[in-house]
Amino acid sequence: MADIRKNDSKQIGFKPPPRIQNPSAVIKRLLSYFSAYKVRFFIVVVCIVISAAAGALSSMFIQILIDSYITPLCAAENPDFSGLLKIILVMGGAFLIGALAGLAYNRIMVTISQGIQKKIRDELFAHMQTLPIKYFDTHSHGDIMSCYTNDIDTMRQMMSMSLPQMFSSVITIITVFAAMLWLNIYLTAFVVIFVFLMLNITKKIASGSAVNFIAQQKQLGEVNGYIEEMINGQKVVKVFCHEEAAKKDFDEKNEELCKSATAANTFANILMPIMNNLGNLQYVLIAIVGGALSISGITPITAGIIASFLQLSKNFTRPFSEISQQINAVIMALAGAERIFALMDEESEYDNGYVTLVNAKYDKDDKLVESKERTEMWAWKHPHGDGTITYTKLNGDIVMKEVDFGYNEDKIVLHDISLDAKAGQKVAFVGSTGAGKTTITNLINRFYDIADGKIRYDGININKIKKSDLRRSLGMVLQDVHLFTGTVMENIRYGKLDATDDECIAAAKLANAHDFITMLPQGYDTVISGDGGQLSQGQCQLISIARAAVADPPVMILDEATSSIDTRTETLVQKGMDGLMFGRTVFIIAHRLSTVQNSDVIMVLELGKIIERGTHDQLIAQKGKYYQLYTGAFELS
Amino acid sequence: MIKRLAKSIREYKRQTILSPLFVTLEVVMEVLLPYLMATLIDNGVNKGDMGYIIKTGLILAGVAFAALLFGALSGKYAAEASAGFAKNLRHDMFYKIQEYSFANIDKFSTASLVTRLTTDITNIQNSFQMIIRVAVRAPFMMIFAMVMSFSVNAEISLVFVAFIPVIALGLGLVIRFAHPVFKRVFKTYDKLNNVVQENLHGVRVVKSFVREDHEIEKFQAISDKIYKDFTKAEKIVAFNMPLMQICIYSCILLISWFSAKQIVFGSMTTGQLISMMTYVMQILMSLMFISMIMVMVTLSRASGERITEVLEEELDLKNKEETVKEVKDGSICFDGVSFSYTKSMEKLCLKDISIDIKSGETIGIIGGTGSSKSSFVQLIPRLYDVTKGKILVGGKDVRDYDIEILRDSVAMVLQKNVLFSGTIKENLRWGNAEASDEEIERVCRLAQADDFIKNFPEKYDYYIEQGGTNVSGGQRQRLCIARALLKKPKILILDDSTSAVDTKTDKLIRKAFLEEIPDTTKIIIAQRISSVQDADRIIVMDKGMINAVGSHEELLKTNKIYQEVYYSQQKGSEDNG
Repeated sequence: MADIRKNDSKQIGFKPPPRIQNPSAVIKRLLSYFSAYKVRFFIVVVCIVISAAAGALSSMFIQILIDSYITPLCAAENPDFSGLLKIILVMGGAFLIGALAGLAYNRIMVTISQGIQKKIRDELFAHMQTLPIKYFDTHSHGDIMSCYTNDIDTMRQMMSMSLPQMFSSVITIITVFAAMLWLNIYLTAFVVIFVFLMLNITKKIASGSAVNFIAQQKQLGEVNGYIEEMINGQKVVKVFCHEEAAKKDFDEKNEELCKSATAANTFANILMPIMNNLGNLQYVLIAIVGGALSISGITPITAGIIASFLQLSKNFTRPFSEISQQINAVIMALAGAERIFALMDEESEYDNGYVTLVNAKYDKDDKLVESKERTEMWAWKHPHGDGTITYTKLNGDIVMKEVDFGYNEDKIVLHDISLDAKAGQKVAFVGSTGAGKTTITNLINRFYDIADGKIRYDGININKIKKSDLRRSLGMVLQDVHLFTGTVMENIRYGKLDATDDECIAAAKLANAHDFITMLPQGYDTVISGDGGQLSQGQCQLISIARAAVADPPVMILDEATSSIDTRTETLVQKGMDGLMFGRTVFIIAHRLSTVQNSDVIMVLELGKIIERGTHDQLIAQKGKYYQLYTGAFELS
Repeated sequence: MIKRLAKSIREYKRQTILSPLFVTLEVVMEVLLPYLMATLIDNGVNKGDMGYIIKTGLILAGVAFAALLFGALSGKYAAEASAGFAKNLRHDMFYKIQEYSFANIDKFSTASLVTRLTTDITNIQNSFQMIIRVAVRAPFMMIFAMVMSFSVNAEISLVFVAFIPVIALGLGLVIRFAHPVFKRVFKTYDKLNNVVQENLHGVRVVKSFVREDHEIEKFQAISDKIYKDFTKAEKIVAFNMPLMQICIYSCILLISWFSAKQIVFGSMTTGQLISMMTYVMQILMSLMFISMIMVMVTLSRASGERITEVLEEELDLKNKEETVKEVKDGSICFDGVSFSYTKSMEKLCLKDISIDIKSGETIGIIGGTGSSKSSFVQLIPRLYDVTKGKILVGGKDVRDYDIEILRDSVAMVLQKNVLFSGTIKENLRWGNAEASDEEIERVCRLAQADDFIKNFPEKYDYYIEQGGTNVSGGQRQRLCIARALLKKPKILILDDSTSAVDTKTDKLIRKAFLEEIPDTTKIIIAQRISSVQDADRIIVMDKGMINAVGSHEELLKTNKIYQEVYYSQQKGSEDNG
């Protein structure tokens, strides 16, 4: 029943049938999902055949009834109804089997299509998690989202409704055609010619409808876009008393949409009555032609045959219109399947790292060894080609040497970046938007791979380190805060899934978030919906800092982590962080210079190059770019 | 709800009535067909009367053609009516939202308003089209076919009358059991989509915390729930078809049995038998349609309710009957003002604020995250109404002014400011639609925006993308200031509006204000001390209250919060402009 609604909404959201690159490959791959349900699928096919045969039988029955029973019985002096009763009971049995077969295949198809849908959905999500960041940069979220919503759903509809229906339609057409031929060849020829005409008319209307639907879709997009822009800026509209102008613009666009929607829906609405009544017209014509044939005596036609033909011709045309309705759905579903498979075929993040992060301890010889239980010490486990394994203590030293990088190979955005961050140092990056600050940090955690140069982590080339272990050792607080739907506590715990409540609260205190969290309606159990929702940007940042703090990593990357927090609170947060980060490496990116002043080294970036480096005092003394920024002579944008 | 929605049909009443009318005519034609057919077979075919066949045949063809025409007309009017209804509904909602106060907007949230104006309206449009056509067609079809079949043969008609309750009950049960499960599935779907969406937005977070497996687990739990519920619901729905089939088949067989007897004994004709068979199909199929429509309508009821909510929302701010039409000067007076977004005295964000601001004064406001600085200034142009106390602008209570007059005199640059898609000039003219080009350039010079605008190849005709994404943050802020200046306001409020502007330009803007618009009262909220330190007076806000008021020097000497903010920004340097 849900499908009814969806089918209908599709009428409004109609899209022209998209082009499918390689239909046979898509179908083949889809079928491979059926292999887990071989036996059940076979039963479905058998049941569809039985059900369709029962349908055809029911329209032929009236001919048997009239010609074999009623007419002879009428002629008989002493009518005996026992034969009729027998055939009715036999038919009843056949119909019952047909109906049961229908029930069986419908129910089995539900399990198959839902099972396949779930499998595809789960595979899709699991694969998506393995894709590199670059994929998400280059594909719009809307497109990826629609794989989960529209594409999977059209596919499910195709499998659970369109496919069985089309299959059953084809079977019906074949059986009905055979039955018609068996009854009378002339009337059959007439029906075939009529159906051919009908299909041509349908095609004309359908193509007119497609043009208008495209127009409607475009207008709808425009109106919805306008609504979105205006409603999002509604407060500005109010402040400027711009309501009347907004109304006027809106009315114009709304009127246009109404016009194209009317045109598109008119075509769609008249299609069914036309099809229906052409069917009725055919019905009438068969009676006339049949009657004429019967009287003229060209071919022996009984009233029973005419009666049967009236039913059969309806049953013959109906599957054609059913198929023509479904074909669009099938094409759309195949196109959706193709998009899904394309996403599934995207190459996963490349990872051939073999150095892993393990718990470690010193044995009695003061040698670093792996430890089964949790220790507070971590080490890199480095297996070598000759079979030996060395352990390196996790310190947090990061060295970059002559690193070049570009998002595309032909466009290098970072040139010759070298830096040496010792454990416990605070390294800051300053520069305009697009100077490459965030890019540098994205190279350290290998969201992207460098084009040239080397990055070493505790002396190990980061390409040798397993990505998940590398990232686990780096704490990130990102520019755009992303919290997940769930309680505040769950969001903080995201940093370390087995953290106790006390640990989470301690982290929140450290991030100076504890005070405002306790002020929330349900404190730590307050559910945050969507992306922060009722919290201010600054509060979200504080929570995300707490989230990183609870993970307690040896290296911390703060990318504009405090940009929405006022300077006074920021000072408090920094104090807390400094305590936590004592002895750890910190990379800081900030717009506000007061945030980075007390760093051990500040790098000023411009156009992907480090143009100045030194402590705050050194850079001020240099009177270079940093000095200009600091004195406000330049604007960071 | 229906009454409220129906108000939006307006000029499409004609089509709304014509569509069901024509559909009724179509139904009448369609039920006439089997009846005429019966006479054609009995009197024409069976008696071998070719003349009668042709005569009745022509009538039949005429009826079928009329049905086609009526059906098509009804379809056309249904399309016009539903598209028109949707247009009016969208219009009514958009207009209503334009009347909304900030409090009304906050209550719904913009995202939800957008959904209501888009998806929900589409749903209602579909349902409406369905109702005025199919929902009329099905019951009429059932009634007419019933009448016809009774007139053909009342005894045999009783057979399928007996089946109607069976089908009604069966379909009713299917709906009753499947519908709640479907509803649950759709809710779970929302959750699933939410997880995907969050993963797309937060992919960097997931990856940097190495939480891929955690997310997959979360996803699969929801996915599994959908699988189970959906399977359950669809398995119930799977009973629909066989139920219909069994009923139709049973009717056919029973009618065959009884008709055969009647025909043999001469009280019925073969033609009538054929027409009865057709009526059976017509009646039972309409029942099926009725059940489908019922489901559709219940599903779109939620959309209808959401739209009604928007239309019936009580407007928060209204003009008084007699309003003051002129703002005398830029003086502001807060008299014991308390304010709460929820209107309860318990969760106050402003507590008992009293302050006098003279016309032409420059006021700076400083305070931490969540100290209600923005709430404070938003009360001046009456974006919200005070919960307690009163605010006077130009000596009159803000509630006595005509809202439009008041807001034209109090220009406000919001913290979360927005530029709209269009040229720079078009955006600026929001402030004053009749402003001349010279006037626009003048305010842009004041806001220090003229220089960078002139650097664009198209200058003032430079096209700004939706959301203002193709200008930098600092440029956007300066354009917003210029837009506000164009109103020639008596009071100008800048809510953290120069945060992305460098300190030097910031200083130039303030200097221009001082020289060019000395009579305008200026209220400046800022994070940076440098942005407010040369104001006549600075208000230090803390936890919804005024902590202190004074000049930069006074506050630096006496106020602890101000000192802390100052030193957090001035560490180790005195030459910061």
